[in-house]
Amino acid sequence: MVLVLALGDLHIPHRAPDLPAKFKSMLVPGKIQHIICTGNLCIKEVHDYLKTICPDLHITRGEYDEETRYPETKTLTIGQFKLGICHGHQVIPWGDLDSLAMLQRQLDVDILVTGHTHQFTAYKHEAGVVINPGSATGAYSSITYDVNPSFVLMDIDGLRVVVYVYELIDGEVKVDKIDFKKTTASANSAH
Amino acid sequence: MMIADGIEDEEKWLAEGIAGIQHNAFYLHRAVDSNNLREALKYSAQLLSELRTSRLSPHKYYELYMRAFDELRRLEMFFKDEERHGCSVLDLYELVQHAGNVLPRLYLLCTVGSVYIKSKEAPAKDVLKDLVEMCRSVQHPIRGLFLRSYLAQISRDKLPDIGSEYEGDGDTVMDAVDFVLQNFTEMNKLWVRMQHQGPIRVKEKLDKERSELRDLVGKNLHVLSQIEGVDLEIYKDTVLPRVLEQVVNCKDELAQHYLMDCIIQVFPDEYHLQTLETLLGAFPQLQPAVDIKTVLSQLMDRLSNYAASSAEVLPEFLQVEAFAKLSNAIGKVIEAQVEMPVVGAISLYVSLLTFALRVHSDRLDYVDQVLGACVKKLSGSPKLEDNKATKQVVALLTAPLEKYNDIDTALTLSNYPHVMDHLDAGTNKIMAMVLIQSIMKYNTCVSTAEKVDVLFELIKGLIKDIDGTLADELDEEDFKEEQNSVARLVHMLYNDDPEEMLQIICTVRKHIMAGGPKRLPFTVPPLVFSALKLVRRLQGLDGEVAGEEVPATPRKIFQLLNQIIEALSNVPSPELALRLYLQCAEAANDCDLEPVAYEFFTQAFVLYEEEVADSKAQVTSIHLIIGTLQRMNAFGVENRDTLTHKATGYSAKLLKKPDQCRAVYACSHLFWVDDQDGIKDGERFKLIFRHNWT
Repeated sequence: MVLVLALGDLHIPHRAPDLPAKFKSMLVPGKIQHIICTGNLCIKEVHDYLKTICPDLHITRGEYDEETRYPETKTLTIGQFKLGICHGHQVIPWGDLDSLAMLQRQLDVDILVTGHTHQFTAYKHEAGVVINPGSATGAYSSITYDVNPSFVLMDIDGLRVVVYVYELIDGEVKVDKIDFKKTTASANSAH
Repeated sequence: MMIADGIEDEEKWLAEGIAGIQHNAFYLHRAVDSNNLREALKYSAQLLSELRTSRLSPHKYYELYMRAFDELRRLEMFFKDEERHGCSVLDLYELVQHAGNVLPRLYLLCTVGSVYIKSKEAPAKDVLKDLVEMCRSVQHPIRGLFLRSYLAQISRDKLPDIGSEYEGDGDTVMDAVDFVLQNFTEMNKLWVRMQHQGPIRVKEKLDKERSELRDLVGKNLHVLSQIEGVDLEIYKDTVLPRVLEQVVNCKDELAQHYLMDCIIQVFPDEYHLQTLETLLGAFPQLQPAVDIKTVLSQLMDRLSNYAASSAEVLPEFLQVEAFAKLSNAIGKVIEAQVEMPVVGAISLYVSLLTFALRVHSDRLDYVDQVLGACVKKLSGSPKLEDNKATKQVVALLTAPLEKYNDIDTALTLSNYPHVMDHLDAGTNKIMAMVLIQSIMKYNTCVSTAEKVDVLFELIKGLIKDIDGTLADELDEEDFKEEQNSVARLVHMLYNDDPEEMLQIICTVRKHIMAGGPKRLPFTVPPLVFSALKLVRRLQGLDGEVAGEEVPATPRKIFQLLNQIIEALSNVPSPELALRLYLQCAEAANDCDLEPVAYEFFTQAFVLYEEEVADSKAQVTSIHLIIGTLQRMNAFGVENRDTLTHKATGYSAKLLKKPDQCRAVYACSHLFWVDDQDGIKDGERFKLIFRHNWT
C-alpha cells in the first residue's frame, strides 16, 4: 500500500495565512510516500514545509506561484497507476469535465489530479479518474463560494485506489472515501 | 616560577603543620588516657599553636583547622568528665587562660566555655558574652575567622532560644540574638580586612581566597534564621537593621553582594515582604560596583514564587504595596548609580516587569508603568547600540505578549510603542516579527481599525524604510520572509461588521502604500483578497437599504481595489496586476456591476498589450483572460463581443503556432457556453476563427 497526498491551491500568503492547525497535526512526516501538488503554494516556505512531510514532491505551476520553473504538467507512475498533474487554469472552461478528460487522454494517465476551482471533486469516466483535492487552506476562489479546506489521500494498492478526502467543516475534520478499480494492468508494450 | 614554588612551599608547610598536630595529639591522648589534666593542657596548647601560622591560604588553613577541631572534640569530652581530672569547670575556665599564646588560649577557653554552659553553673548569656568579647584579641583575619567560626559551631546548640534548656531568668532570645549578631559583625570586619593584609597579591587570587571564606561569615545569618524565637518583630526591629548596618558600613563590594544575597536566601519570604522598605533602603547605599541587579532580581524572583505558592498570600502584596516599593527602589538605585550602563537599568526593569506579570497580572497599569520608566531611562541615553541592552529591551517587550497570549493587551499599553521607538531599525524589525509571530501562534484576530493602526505603527520597521536604513542592505531571503509575514498578518485582521472591516482595509492600505515598490508585490495581494472577501459578504446581505448612507458597498470597494492594484504599476508588476484585475472583474460580475467588470477587463488588456512581453507569460495571461471571460454573464452583447474579439485577436498573435492553436481553441468556448441562453453563436465563431486563422 502506497500513500499519496494530493493537495493544492494553498495560496499562502496571498489568500490564507497558513494551513489549518488540524490539518498540520495530521500531516506527520514519514507516513506518506509521495506528494502531488497542483500548484499555487505560493511561496518557497510552503514548498520547504511540504518537503519535510515527504521528500518525493511533485508539483506543477499555478498562476500565482513564486517559482516560475515548475512544469505546466507532470506525469508519474506509482504502482499500477499512471498519474498526471496539472494546475488547471490552462484548461478552459475551468472545471469542465470534458475538457479535463481531454487533457487526461492527452497525458495518457489513469488518474488526473487538477485544482484551480478550490472545489473537491472526484469523477470517474471511461478514460479514468479526475480528482480535484480542493484548497488545503480553504482559500478564496472566484469560482467557488464557501470553500472548506480540503485535501486528498490516495491509497494505491495493486489495481485498486481508495481516495480519502479530508474536509474541514465547522472546525471538525470529516473524512469520506471513494473506491476505484482499474480493469486492466498497465501494458508494457504499445497498443 | 614564583607561583609554583609558592604552591610547593604551602604544601610543605601544611604537611609540617599536620605533622606537628599529630605529634602533639599523640601525647595529648596519652595524657587524657591517664587523666593528666596538666599534661593535657600542655600538649593541647602546643597542638593549637600550629594554628598560629600565617603562611597558609584559607583553603589549606582549613585542613589544618579540621584536624585541630577533631582533637578539641575529644578534649571537650575529657573536660566534661570532672571525676576524671578533678577540676571544677569554673577552675578549668580560669586555668586555661594561663596558656602562653593568645590563640591556643582562646580555643581552649571556648572549649571549656562549651562545657561550662552545659553544666548550667552560669547563665549561658554570660559565658557567651565573655567568649565573644575575648575573641577580639585575635585580629588576624584568617585566624580570627576560624576561631570565631569555632565559637559559632560549639555555641550553636547552646543558645538561649525559646524552648531550649538554656532559656532561663535573664536568659532570653535577645541574648542569643545579640551574641550571634556580635560574632557576625566581628567576623565580617575580619573578612573585609583580609584584602589589606599581607604582601600585595594579585586581586583575583585575593578575591578567590576571600570567596572561600564567605560561608563562615554567612553561617551566622543562617543561625539567626534558625533561632525559633526570632519572629517577625525581632527580625524587623533588631536583626535586619543591625545586619544591614554592618553590610552598608563595611563598604566592601564582595561582602555586600554576598551578604545581601544571603539575607534574601536565608530568611523567609514573608519577612522580606514585611520589611521590604528597610531592605530596599539599603540598596542605594551599597558600593557602586555591587551587582545590585542580580540581587534585586533574586529578591523579585523569590517574591514572585512566594506569590505563586498560594492565593492567600496575594493580599499581603497589595497591603505592603510591594510593587510600588520595588519600583521606587529600582528608580533610586538607577539614579544613585550614575555609572550604571543602560543594559543594567533595563535588566532591572525586566525583572520588575516579570514580577508585575506574575504577581499582579491583572494590573495592566503596573505593566505600563514599568514600560514608562524604561522609556524615561532610554530617552535620557543615546540611541541603543549595545547588543546586550537591545536584547533586554526585546525581552521586556516580549514578556507581556507571552503572558497574555493576546495582542490586544499589548496594544492597550500606552508606553509600548514608545519603548519600540527607542530601538534601532534592525531591532525594531526583530520585535515586529515577534509581534506577528505572537499573533499567528495564538491565532488572535485584530478586530478594529484603531487597533490595526496601532499595530501597523508598531511594526513600521517592516512596513516601510525608516530613516537612514535602506531596504537594499537586507539579505533577500530575510526580506522575503519579513514581507511574507506581513502578508500573512493581513489575514488576521477581521471584523464581522462590514463598516468596520472596510475601515480596517483602508487603514492597512494607508500603511502599506508607504512601503515602496519592493514591498507592494507582497502586501497588495492579501489586501486585495481581503477586500474581495468583504465584497462577497456584502453580496450575501440584502440590497442597499434605501435612504441610508452606507459607506461599505461593493461599488465603493471596487473603486478602492482599482486604486490599490494601480499602485503595482509603480513596481512594476504587470502580471500580478493583471491577475488581480481579472479577480476583481469576476467579483464585479457576480455583483452584476457590468461597467465595473468591463473596466477591470480593459485594465487587464492594457497591461497585456503594453507590459507583458515574455512569450510564456503571454500564454498564461491570455488563458487567464479567456478563462475569466468565459465565466462572465453580466455583459451585454456589445461588451462581450468587444472583449471576445480582442481575446481571440491576441490569441492568434501568440509567438508559437501550437500556443496560438490552443488559445484560439480556448476562445471557442467564449462563443458557446452550455449553461447560458443566447450564447451559442456557431456562425460568429466560424467567422472570427477564419478571420484570424489564415
